[in-house]
Amino acid sequence: MKAIDQVTVTFTSRSANEGFARAAAACFAAQLDPTLDEVADIKTAVSEAVTNAIVHAYPDCLGKIVMRLRIFDGGVLEIQVKDSGVGIPDVDKARTPLYTTGGEERSGMGFTIMESFMDGLRVRSQPDKGTTVTMRKRIARRAGSSQ
Amino acid sequence: MPITVTSRDSALTIALSGEIDHHGAREMMTQLDDAIATRLPARLVLDLSGVTFMDSSGIAVLLRALRQEQQIGGSLRMTNIPTQARRVLDAAGVGRLITLD
Ligand SMILES: Nc1ncnc2c1ncn2[C@@H]1O[C@H](COP(=O)(O)OP(=O)(O)OP(=O)(O)O)[C@@H](O)[C@H]1O
Ligand SMILES: [Mg+2]
Repeated sequence: MKAIDQVTVTFTSRSANEGFARAAAACFAAQLDPTLDEVADIKTAVSEAVTNAIVHAYPDCLGKIVMRLRIFDGGVLEIQVKDSGVGIPDVDKARTPLYTTGGEERSGMGFTIMESFMDGLRVRSQPDKGTTVTMRKRIARRAGSSQ
Repeated sequence: MPITVTSRDSALTIALSGEIDHHGAREMMTQLDDAIATRLPARLVLDLSGVTFMDSSGIAVLLRALRQEQQIGGSLRMTNIPTQARRVLDAAGVGRLITLD
């Protein structure tokens, strides 16, 4: 399937960029005329994926994060967040609710939140190579919208 | 200043505001720690009306406040939870641990 539109942003794994990534995704998705709740869902899912790259992928250094946003026919938004960090040895285990390798500051609910706020979540990872998280959400066309 | 503290009877109300993500969570955690440690509230109410965004980093902040209240034999309740934060709390099942108004 070919994307109708796409934007790619690359940024450093600084926590100050979490807000930027959320806003960029929300702005790009605006052309699909999402509801306020859908915008909130997109921002939340992006925040989880980007925070994971910042916190887990590059635990003691700064690295590069690439966020690719695409739109497909039928109002499907795809968000991909890619890092070249430490990777995840066991993805299925990592996706289990409450599983965390973080300390007190983490709750192990990031992947669970991405799953429940988006329509699809795929996680690909290789230790020492990095992690790619791809999420999709269908934005329903609303009556009276010009989409 | 992401938190504002007011007290009435035996309840201490702390209003949280702004975006509670990983970037903002640490400062909020420190301020909450200080407020709980100095006031030792028997009943702590967290007012979330000013929270414009929250993700899982916020859950860790709230669960830490819960543990601290439990340690001093106090209780924790959350009130005025905006829709987005509510959905995050629901997805994470936080309602089983903390009273959400
Ligand atoms: N990009 C990543 N690179 C390396 N490890 C990751 C990455 N994303 C997630 N992980 C691993 O998967 C675990 C689960 O991630 P998840 O987001 O569900 O929870 P968390 O980040 O630990 O806590 P929370 O998201 O609730 O703050 C993490 O603790 C970490 O071990
Ligand atoms: Mg996470």
